[in-house]
Amino acid sequence: MADFLADYLPILVFLGIAGGIAVVMVAASWFIAPQRPYGDKADAYECGFEAFDDARSRFDVRFYLVAILFIIFDLEVAFLFPWAVSLGKIGIFGFWSMVVFLGLLTIGFVYEWRKGALEWE
Amino acid sequence: MVDIVKFLINPFGTMIGGILMLLVPILIGVAYYTYAERRVIAAAQLRKGPNVVGPFGLLQPFADAVKLLFKETIVPAGSSRFVFIIAPMLTFVLAMVAWAVIPVGEGGWFADGPWVIADINVGVLYLFAISSMGVYGIIMAGWASNSKYPFIGALRSAAQMVSYEVSMGLIIVSVIVCVGSFNLSDVVRAQKDLWYVIPHFPLFIVFFVSILAETNRAPFDLPEGESEIVAGFFLEYSSMSFALFFLGEYANMLLMCAITTVLFLGGWYAPFDVAWLTWIPGVIWFALKVCLLAFVFLWVRATVPRYRYDQLMRLGWKIFLPFTLFWVIATAGVLVAFGWLPNA
Repeated sequence: MADFLADYLPILVFLGIAGGIAVVMVAASWFIAPQRPYGDKADAYECGFEAFDDARSRFDVRFYLVAILFIIFDLEVAFLFPWAVSLGKIGIFGFWSMVVFLGLLTIGFVYEWRKGALEWE
Repeated sequence: MVDIVKFLINPFGTMIGGILMLLVPILIGVAYYTYAERRVIAAAQLRKGPNVVGPFGLLQPFADAVKLLFKETIVPAGSSRFVFIIAPMLTFVLAMVAWAVIPVGEGGWFADGPWVIADINVGVLYLFAISSMGVYGIIMAGWASNSKYPFIGALRSAAQMVSYEVSMGLIIVSVIVCVGSFNLSDVVRAQKDLWYVIPHFPLFIVFFVSILAETNRAPFDLPEGESEIVAGFFLEYSSMSFALFFLGEYANMLLMCAITTVLFLGGWYAPFDVAWLTWIPGVIWFALKVCLLAFVFLWVRATVPRYRYDQLMRLGWKIFLPFTLFWVIATAGVLVAFGWLPNA
């Protein structure tokens, strides 16, 4: 168990070093460069106009739909990963089990397609 | 002096030394990738590109870095200050940390095993997880800016990245079926005799197009399409925060090229198993392959016009997803039918 975790220690150290570089870069610029903020400079950019209203308004529901589709198919990929690595051991039975599973998912995919969930006009 | 030597030979010191030996070349490579981009696109458009700072303009990336360092960090009024500052750091750190599992060479004078910071047994999953998290930096930047263009850019970028991630995942599964291991060094070793680009050639093309979309590059650069939404999600950024986004994006492109090299182009192996080619160290072959793919990124940007958003979504969901799903089953089917499965 300790060896297993020791494999990940370099990643943790790497994370620390990369994070350190990022923080140092931003902090250095913050201290070196003159900071003179004032009202107009800190306004949100809207091609020279004053900002009309808050930017965090409603947005198109299709983005939400894409996110839902993504969750379904990403879960499917998550199921495929362990199957892919152990296919040599589970053999022909494992292969056909996954074909059935993917077949069911494909039915759902065809339904989405026919319903127009994949359209973006 | 003795203290330094002692520090270098203890395991922790060698670990930090190894990390720096990877991190410094990556940062220099990223800096020169921005320079290469300007030169290549200039050449494609019969211009000269940056050629004033230093010989052939080779010091241009450093001049840019120093310029950005001396700029004011502007935090827009009405933004979420903390998230606004954190977002570029997150993008940068994730683009760097993923390199920890990329094996760039093997054996030789330097190490017995593969040249990699962390030779973990689930390297592929780690890469997939880190590249999935990349979308957070963009969403955070777009949301925290509280400005309309970054918000639209972040939405577009998130939808685009998740759409292409699905087909990328299926492509990786197809390769893993052939390897039978999640360890990236094993993935490379499995290609000693035959690079996967040959049996999986259509998959290689689909993967390359997907990484163009995943890194928001032309022709899929809608999240930062200058003529539509100015600069997209990093519009409000200035100074070093901007530089971190820029470095993160370019490091991500090189990372994706490195992943393609590992999955399809045989990693550190020479193209042919002949003495005068295998004599060249593996890390040089690895770097050459990454450079070749990185050049194609620039070539595509200089050549291909931008996609429309509906075309982008159609390509991802209606063409790549069914095709890669079919290819997973076809690959597994062929391997099972002929009894070529690994670990059987």
